[in-house]
Amino acid sequence: MKTTPIYGIMAEFDSATALVEAARKTHDAGYRKIDAYSPFPVEELAEAIGFHTNRVALVTLIGAIIGGLSGYLMQYWMNAVNYPVIVGGKPPHSWPAFIPITFEMTILFGGISAVLGMLALNGLPMPYHPVFNVPRFAMATKDRFFLIVFSTDPKYSPATTRAFLESLQPRSISEVPS
Amino acid sequence: MADRMEQVEVEGGGAPVIEPGHTFGTVTDKISSIVLTRPTSIGWFVGFGVAFLVTMMLLFALGYLFAKGVGIWGINIPIGWGFAIVNFVWWIGIGHAGTLISAILLLLRQSWRNSINRFAEAMTLFAVACAGIFPLVHTGRPWLAYWLFPYPNTMIYWPQFRSPLVWDVFAVSTYFTISLLFWFIGLIPDLATLRDRSDNRWAQMIYGILAMGWRGSARHWHRYESAYLLLAGLATPLVLSVHTVVSFDFAIGIISGWHTTIFPPYFVAGAIYSGFAMVLMLAIPIRKLYGLEDFITERHLQNSAKVMLATGWIVAYGYGIEAFMGWYSGDRYDAFTLWNRLHGPYAFLYLLLLTCNIGVPQVLWIRKLRTNPVALFLISLVILVGMWLERFVIVVISLHRDFLTSSWGMYYPTRWDWMTFIGTIGMFLAAMFLFVRILPMISIFEMRTLLPEAEVKVAE
Repeated sequence: MKTTPIYGIMAEFDSATALVEAARKTHDAGYRKIDAYSPFPVEELAEAIGFHTNRVALVTLIGAIIGGLSGYLMQYWMNAVNYPVIVGGKPPHSWPAFIPITFEMTILFGGISAVLGMLALNGLPMPYHPVFNVPRFAMATKDRFFLIVFSTDPKYSPATTRAFLESLQPRSISEVPS
Repeated sequence: MADRMEQVEVEGGGAPVIEPGHTFGTVTDKISSIVLTRPTSIGWFVGFGVAFLVTMMLLFALGYLFAKGVGIWGINIPIGWGFAIVNFVWWIGIGHAGTLISAILLLLRQSWRNSINRFAEAMTLFAVACAGIFPLVHTGRPWLAYWLFPYPNTMIYWPQFRSPLVWDVFAVSTYFTISLLFWFIGLIPDLATLRDRSDNRWAQMIYGILAMGWRGSARHWHRYESAYLLLAGLATPLVLSVHTVVSFDFAIGIISGWHTTIFPPYFVAGAIYSGFAMVLMLAIPIRKLYGLEDFITERHLQNSAKVMLATGWIVAYGYGIEAFMGWYSGDRYDAFTLWNRLHGPYAFLYLLLLTCNIGVPQVLWIRKLRTNPVALFLISLVILVGMWLERFVIVVISLHRDFLTSSWGMYYPTRWDWMTFIGTIGMFLAAMFLFVRILPMISIFEMRTLLPEAEVKVAE
C-alpha cells in the first residue's frame, strides 16, 4: 500500500534533441501514458509521444461555417423577411450587399472557435496540476525539458520505470506526488 | 548548431535576427527581467505621466463633447465628416501593420518577425481602440451606439445591411476581437514563464491566472500551434477586408474623389505603409532604451524600411491613377476634383501630402539611411504625417466642393478637434508605456525557437 499516491515519474533533460530521443525510446519501450514538456514548440515531440489526433482545425471549420451561415441568414431574415425596406432600388434580398458581413462573421466565429477549441481540448484553464509539485519543473518555461511517465500506464511500476528512465541519462529524476 | 546560425545570416544578407551568443536562458532572462526585476526608470514615469495627462485631456474634450454635442467641432454641411473620420481611418490603418507582421509574415515563414510581433500586436490593439472612439462619438449620441448592432428591440426595427457603415461596425469589431485573441494566445506561454520566474506573490498569482495553468505539454503545444496558424490564416484575409470595408465607406458614395474602384487596394497599402512607420517609431526608442539591440537588429529596421518603400510606391500608384482617371474619365466633376486638389484652397495640404508620402521616403533607397535609426525615426514621422494628410485630403477636399457650387464650404478644425486627436495619441502612448512595463514586449518562446540549439537533430 502506498501512503502518498504517485502521479508519475519525471525525468529532466538539457536539450530538445535529448528530450525527443528519450520520448521516442520511452514510447518504443511500450509506455503509452506519457507526456513531454518543453519551453517552446518542438515539432517532433508530439509524434514522439504518439500524439496524432488534433481536432483544432475541425472545431475551427465548424465554427466558421456556423458563423458564415448565421451571418448571412441574419441579414436575410432581418432585411428581406422581418423588416423589408427598399434602399437604393435594390430588392429586399440583395445578396451581394450581404457578403461583407457574412465574411466578417465567418472570421469572427472561426477565430473564437480556434481559441476556445484549443483551450478546451487542452483542458485549460487548469490552475492546479500535479507536475507543478516538482520544484524543478519551474524551469520547463525557461530552458529545461521534461518527460513524464504517468502512474496510470499499464506498464508502470515504481522501480522498473525509474530504472528505465535512468537508462536514458537524464539530468535528474523526480517522483511527482499527486 | 553552427549551420542554423549561418543559414539565418545568409538569408538576411547581412545582420542576423538575433546577435550570436544567446541561449534559452539568456533570452528568457533578458526579456523577462524588463518586467520582473529591472527597476522602473524615472524616464518611464515621466513618459507615462505626460501620456496620462494627455489622455486626461482626451477625456475632458470628450466630456465637453457629450455635454454640448458635435457642434463644438468644426464640422458642418457640406463637410460632415471632418477630423473624426480622418483620425478613425488613420488609426485603423496604423493597426494594420501589427496584423501583417504577426499573421501574414508568420504564414510566409519570415522568422525575423518573432522579435517585433508582440509589441506590433499591442500597437494594433491600442490603435484600433483609439480608432473606435471616433465613429462612436461622431454619431452625436454615443450613448445610443448600441443601435448599430442588430438586437431585438421595442422599435421592431433592424439595421440596414446594405450600408457600408454597418459593414464597418462588423469589420472593426471583428478585427479588434481577433487581434485581442491573437495577442492573448501568443502571450500565454510567456505569461507562464513570468509566473515561474517571478518572486513576488501577487505577480505570481496574476500571471498565473492569466497563464491559465500553461505547462508546455507536447500535446498542448501541438494544438496551440494549430490554433495559432489557423488564427493567422483567418487574420490575413480579415486585415485586408477591414481597410477594404473602410474604403467602401467612401467608394460606395457618389462624391467625386471617393467613387473609384482603386480605393480598396490603395487603402490597404496605405494602412500598411503608415503602420510600419509607427512600428519603427516605437521600435527605435524601445530597443535603445531597454538595450534590446540584440533582438531588434539592423535587419529588422532594414526590412521594415523596405516594406515602407514598397507600400509607398503602391500608394503613389494610387495617387497616379486618381489623377489619371480625373483626366481620362472625361467626367467634369472628377476633373474638377483633381483641379481643386492642385489649385483649391487646400492645395498646400495636397502638395505637402505628395512630399511626405512620395518625395521624402525615396531616401530609403540609400542603404546608409535604411540602417540609421535616427534617420528612420524621422522618415517614419514624415510618413505618419503624410498618411494623416492623405485621409484629410480624401475626406475634406472631396466634400467641401461637390456638384453644386451653392453648397460649397470650408472646414476649419476647432481646438476641440485638436484636443481629441492629440488626446488619442496620448492614450495610445500611455497604453504602450503600461504594456512595456507589465508584459513581455518580445515574444520569449518564439525567440527561443530562433536559437540554433532549438533545432532537433535525431538520427532517424
